[in-house]
Amino acid sequence: MTTDPTTTTPVETAPPAIDPRLLVRKEGLAGYFDEFTRKIRSGELGSLPVVVGLIIIAAIFQFKTGTFLNANNLTNITKWIAGPGLIAVGVVFVLLLGEIDLSLGSVAGATAAITSVLSVRQGLNEWLAILLAIVSAIAIGALHGYFFAKIGVPAFVVTLAGMLAWNGLQMLVLGELGTVNNPMDGVVANLDTYFLGDGDILWAWLFAIVTIVLFAGGQLLDSRRRSSAGLPARPVSEIALRTGVIGVVVLVAAYMLNQDSGLPLPLVILVGVVALGDFVLRRTGYGRQIFAVGGGIEAARRAGINVAWVRISVYMISAGLAGFGGLFIASQQGSADKALGSGNVLMSAIAAAVIGGTSLFGGRGKTWSALLGALVIQSITTGLDMVHAQQAIQYMITGAVLLAAVVLDSVSRRTQKSHGRG
Amino acid sequence: MTGAPVLALRGVSKRFGAVQALTDVHLEVHAGEVVALVGDNGAGKSTLVKTIAGVHPIDEGVIEWEGKAVNINRPQDAQQLGVATVYQDLALCDNLDVVGNLFLGRELKRFGTLDEVAMEKRARELLDTLSIRIPSVRIPIAGLSGGQRQVVAIARALVGDPKIVILDEPTAALGVEQTAQVLDLVERLRQRGLGVILISHNMADVKAVADTVAVLRLGRNNGSFEVATTSHEEIISAITGATDNAVTRRQARIAEEAK
Repeated sequence: MTTDPTTTTPVETAPPAIDPRLLVRKEGLAGYFDEFTRKIRSGELGSLPVVVGLIIIAAIFQFKTGTFLNANNLTNITKWIAGPGLIAVGVVFVLLLGEIDLSLGSVAGATAAITSVLSVRQGLNEWLAILLAIVSAIAIGALHGYFFAKIGVPAFVVTLAGMLAWNGLQMLVLGELGTVNNPMDGVVANLDTYFLGDGDILWAWLFAIVTIVLFAGGQLLDSRRRSSAGLPARPVSEIALRTGVIGVVVLVAAYMLNQDSGLPLPLVILVGVVALGDFVLRRTGYGRQIFAVGGGIEAARRAGINVAWVRISVYMISAGLAGFGGLFIASQQGSADKALGSGNVLMSAIAAAVIGGTSLFGGRGKTWSALLGALVIQSITTGLDMVHAQQAIQYMITGAVLLAAVVLDSVSRRTQKSHGRG
Repeated sequence: MTGAPVLALRGVSKRFGAVQALTDVHLEVHAGEVVALVGDNGAGKSTLVKTIAGVHPIDEGVIEWEGKAVNINRPQDAQQLGVATVYQDLALCDNLDVVGNLFLGRELKRFGTLDEVAMEKRARELLDTLSIRIPSVRIPIAGLSGGQRQVVAIARALVGDPKIVILDEPTAALGVEQTAQVLDLVERLRQRGLGVILISHNMADVKAVADTVAVLRLGRNNGSFEVATTSHEEIISAITGATDNAVTRRQARIAEEAK
């Protein structure tokens, strides 16, 4: 060991041979398609089934009615998904923890009731009424979270109790008079009916172009940072392809909306909340904590994550979003009443999240699945209304679609396991 | 080993109610030293490790860190000193990818948001320096084999630049090749100047990588040996507490039968 020191150091100049087991992606579009087919085969379906489903649904109803794809009908669908969609975003957060929240329908109803009673009967400023009602909803969520995370009662039971209790609160607040109509031209009434710029076509185009620019810019920046850090990055051709697909979807949507009345406020808010939720989940430490708790509680705890707080805060988010969604439902039906949020509101929201591709088993999902799932359910409902199907048939078809989505989730989970990607 | 030990336990005792789990235990770990901690089930290995990791505060005795007495009352205390523990059940999140797991709880941020690029870069560097081969740093942990998970768990312990790494039975559930990989990794930790406390029931592993063997028996020290100069039998008799034990009897019987 007394020889020249350079000879004693191991020779590491030769590039390490590529392990044949490593997943090496070819550059360019060919590699992109290779990876795509590999993902599909191994069960990483992503949003593919729901997009295919949407196209099939639209095709069937367009064929049956001839008016399903009319601008007016599509505009209505995008307006109506706001309420269930917002609740479904909350469901996505809860499902990521691998838990469930059965109280969201009642929380939506109670929030709508509190808002309208405060503003109409008590004469409070409507903005203040909305603020107080949403804060109450968040407090309700905190209460659920506390019983679940701190006392250790199963979330299923806590929120089942909540479903009954907050429905009771809703009836109590509304009192014997029952239904409260939305004040004319009030904030709540406008939620559903307002179009940006009173229907100016500029807004839809502006939003479409801003979306495309943000998407492409973000992808290009990310790709540049990655390649300058020496990491594998998306090639420009792939970014162009993705931007192209997104661009076509957004521009067609803008064109269709402008054929009718322009860009509806409910759609802007839903897409905004979904995008914000996606950002929180994928780009912040808090979102990472939610995934960690959903993937392994013990691992999360040992990593120093405050598991109880993550759980409580997620229930606050879901209840708050449910309250917000309740306001849109009230806006759409013109009043807050005792039935708001009952019936299949909760089930539709859960179904939307699952149909959109969020796993019931925790740890996998995106907020975008709430938007896609809500679109599927609303398309089915609207389409069946247009062909004058009975409500009984609607329920049965929606149920079948939900079952198909859960089957797909379970099967893709199994396929992922057998392909070592569970 | 020369110089002051990085970590030294002097006369440490720990009681759980009526059970005296540790009595007057001494242990020293130097930089660049692999100390194997062996003993039968219930000898107090796990308790000892947990006192170092801050899970159980000690009742009596002194823990010295780089020559100075310190209090370790919470897991965070141990982490701040530079003790990283890899427990037997690994505690990885199946749904997060390798990068996500490596940095869980200490994510790198940029403008308040996760800096995936920096994390992935550091993850690759870390895995490269440890010569860890995994299919991709971006696949979920669920897609890795048992051995790969074990090395990811060990790599995860190194993200915080610890000085002492505690490995609780790292090879217990592994096949031949994976065991060899983990043992290679332990040697690389030693080369990097880390002190390693290795809990193992497997004498072959202990002989393969450890510098010293500390034997615990019924919550007390029962000898500390230089691996290079100690025979298998000596260690086993220290573990079982007698030269006449089930293992020696069995060997004697086999030798008898062979004649």
